[in-house]
Amino acid sequence: MVSATSKISRFNVASLALGLGFLYLPIVILVIYSFNASRLVTVWGGWSLVWYREFFHDEAMIEAAWMSFRVAASSATIATLLGTLAAVALSRGERFKGRTLFSGMLYAPLVMPEVITGLSLLLLFVALDAERGFWTVTIAHTTLTMCFVAVVVQSRLGSLDRSLEEAAMDLGCDPARAFVAVTLPLILPAIIAGWMLAFTLSLDDLVIASFTTGPGSATLPIRIYSEVRLGVKPEINAICTMVIGLIAVVIVVASFASKLSSAQGESAAPL
Amino acid sequence: MTEDAANTATEADSAKAEPPADAIPAKAELPIAAFDMPLLRIDGVAKRFGAVRAVDRLSLDIRRGEFFALLGPSGCGKTTLLRMLAGFETPDEGAILLGGDDIAQVLPHQRPVNMMFQNYALFPHLSVRDNIAFGLKRARMPRAEIATRVAEMVALVRLEGLEKRKPDQLSGGQRQRVALARSLARRPEILLLDEPLAALDKKLRESTQVELMELQRRLGMTFIIVTHDQEEAMTMADRIGVMDQGRLEQVATPRKLYEAPNSRWVAEFVGDINMLEGEVGPGDAGRLAIATKDAGTIVAAAPPDPVKQALVFVAIRPEKVKLSRRGPASDTAGTHTINRLEGIVIEVSYLGGFTTYKVKLDSGAVLKSSMANTARLDVDAYSVTQRVVAWFTPDDCVVLEQ
Amino acid sequence: MSARRIFARPARFAAIAPYVWMVLFFLVPFGFVAKISLSQTAIAQPPYLPVFELTQGLAAIKAAFAALSLDNFKLLVTDDLYVLSYLRSLVVAAVSTSILLLSGYPIAYGMARLPRRWQGVAMMLVIVPFWTSFLIRIYAWINILQHDGLLNKILLALHLISTPVVWLSTDSAMYLGIVYSYLPFMILPLYATLAKMDPALLEAASDLGSSPLRAFWLVTFPLSLPGVGAGVLLCFIPIVGEFVIPDLLAGSDSLMVGQTLWLEFFTNKDWPVASAAAVLLLALLLAPLLLYDRLQRHQLEGAR
Repeated sequence: MVSATSKISRFNVASLALGLGFLYLPIVILVIYSFNASRLVTVWGGWSLVWYREFFHDEAMIEAAWMSFRVAASSATIATLLGTLAAVALSRGERFKGRTLFSGMLYAPLVMPEVITGLSLLLLFVALDAERGFWTVTIAHTTLTMCFVAVVVQSRLGSLDRSLEEAAMDLGCDPARAFVAVTLPLILPAIIAGWMLAFTLSLDDLVIASFTTGPGSATLPIRIYSEVRLGVKPEINAICTMVIGLIAVVIVVASFASKLSSAQGESAAPL
Repeated sequence: MTEDAANTATEADSAKAEPPADAIPAKAELPIAAFDMPLLRIDGVAKRFGAVRAVDRLSLDIRRGEFFALLGPSGCGKTTLLRMLAGFETPDEGAILLGGDDIAQVLPHQRPVNMMFQNYALFPHLSVRDNIAFGLKRARMPRAEIATRVAEMVALVRLEGLEKRKPDQLSGGQRQRVALARSLARRPEILLLDEPLAALDKKLRESTQVELMELQRRLGMTFIIVTHDQEEAMTMADRIGVMDQGRLEQVATPRKLYEAPNSRWVAEFVGDINMLEGEVGPGDAGRLAIATKDAGTIVAAAPPDPVKQALVFVAIRPEKVKLSRRGPASDTAGTHTINRLEGIVIEVSYLGGFTTYKVKLDSGAVLKSSMANTARLDVDAYSVTQRVVAWFTPDDCVVLEQ
Repeated sequence: MSARRIFARPARFAAIAPYVWMVLFFLVPFGFVAKISLSQTAIAQPPYLPVFELTQGLAAIKAAFAALSLDNFKLLVTDDLYVLSYLRSLVVAAVSTSILLLSGYPIAYGMARLPRRWQGVAMMLVIVPFWTSFLIRIYAWINILQHDGLLNKILLALHLISTPVVWLSTDSAMYLGIVYSYLPFMILPLYATLAKMDPALLEAASDLGSSPLRAFWLVTFPLSLPGVGAGVLLCFIPIVGEFVIPDLLAGSDSLMVGQTLWLEFFTNKDWPVASAAAVLLLALLLAPLLLYDRLQRHQLEGAR
């Protein structure tokens, strides 16, 4: 019998391996099949890049990808700015009027079913008579992702030693300077991680984008979704692999950033 | 402690400084008599957190060049007081006068006072050099001057060669020195140290204590240190302020604090002590005869202030209580009164340099005695169940009122 | 005044921009949802009546108010189609959350038991799929589960089945997809509480005569309850409103409320009923949402 102390049992290892295998296997299979030469998804016809070539000739798909990329980049940037401000207010603002409402509004979208968020934003845009397209999707994604940024940055701010800011003041900084000279460099990795998270969430979103976009400005997930509903297509495998590749690059950068921060204490978890 | 005791602690100290001064010389006389005006005057300062009075209308003067220690149990308000001096807390009432100016409401970054934090609070993203230069840059010091000052500070705390390291590449002792250099770099009027050695192990702590003292003497700077470690306070400070529940119980030199505590609380807080309760009887020529419940009549030296209450406490430090098999021979001469109590040894703790004994008196009360082990082989050491005489002179006793 | 207060004033100014944004794009839109849920469907642009025209004066607004009705809600609570979809959503969410807890706990526990430096790696491995596209991961399963997909091929090759089994468009496929997508959300909060636990507690328990299993049940599990709560809420609430997974993996004979809402909105163009469905869903989720809000507040801001 394995002792109750910090030794890991075979059961622990098995559940870990099974769990991680379950998480990764489908993705690995998808990537492998994207290099399948056969038109039939299920028949292996040797290695090929034919489906990648297909994608680069599919103008509608490329347009959607470009739209998604622009939305993700701009909404992530705005969301990072707003989310960081919100995190600073929540973790350094002490008590202020409307604080409970503020934090409630920031935490709720993290779990709010997307159909609700999407529908409500669409009804707002219709009421405002706003032309639906790039900007409406960007605003919608900013609203969702700034909450994630706020949580990531807030947890970093919360784990930051408050005496560092006091030391900065003691050494001649007013609060604003102390923030810029000490707090900001220390939470920067969390801010970068927040941007990455916002970027990938936006790149990924189907439901909210479907509600808030207009005719002729479909995002990549919307295009993929409409293709997937018609059945598996090898080209989709190729597109998905490229998206995974892009996200992998983002993750590598993010983990590099969090390595930088881990030297300074707790690393920021994405949730 | 009575209402006005804390307020008058400083006066009480200076008043009491005279009579025992001949018997108990101050640890170190500093050439500070020339300065009449104290560098720092804390005047009736109070701070409340909710219902808790962290600092309760406390007054204290600190002279220029002094090494002052605030000593007290955790939660006594000593850190709050220090944080008020640094500007991180603002007093609810009272004034903090630095060189005559009230700085109670001045923000931390505008005070000529620097603090060394308990956890050092080194900026993890900056190198040793940039940490030390941090405060100088904020003071808009010219670049060349900053470089000179940083080099000077690095040399002062002996960190040469480590300037480019980040704090997480340093040992605990090195970090402590960076923190010290950083807080000294701006040449503050007063350096505040919040438990500066608490994170170091015992050996390093002791050597650092000596270094800190030397540094303070050399720079002639005013240091105020907060600590819960009485040995640390005793070793380093010129004067110690003992705090409890937001008030100063006593402000005195280490020696006076130990040998002439002004209250039962201070006597019991600082070091170990035997406390015997009794009633004041007739006395003569600076002596008081006190009828104790547990140890018969004890003759004690009369305190400098006349005793007002009938019920008093006689306090005797364990190392003043000597043990012998038959008692001292000299008391038969009658010239010196000696208190002698008989009892049985019930506990012996050998501690290396000295041994502590517990002696159960015939009344049932227990007396502690501590004796230096001056000989390596002591065939005469007392053992449990042995009957002994515990004795001490009237001058070994301190008479305390409640 | 304390050091914290010195910082608090400028920090509060930081709240202004995100506050205005969230009120405008999160709070106010619910007002529109509420209003339109009380309106009638119309063949118009926008497809509902009445439309409030502030320019037409007070009388018109009064008339518009009079035209609001609760008909859509009556429809939702009386028509079996809607009632069943709400029930199905709750059942699916409850069942999948239970499966997630039962499968996520051993994984999180295994992670917490790893040597320190491997824990970071394991956590990264759990987080990475969460970063890769949700839609893509569901799509990956379609690849595997389809009629001539990998799963059937393997099972046929192993002679476990003689004819291909229909996996797609079944509830099993949907549950698989949900568990797969939400597993990191369950593991991470569980791991966070389990990793913080002092191993000496278990040593103390076994020292006091507990078997490892009893020690787990009497010490580890009760202490991990905050993580269990966070994981359960983090999964349950969004699953109730889930659309993509049931739409792609489950059959079309019974729908979850997210699908119903989507259908009413995009296919039937019945915005008022879709809005009413959203209001009702929100009402259903209000209690767990408030609970989640409290949990987050506690975790991120400490006991305030």
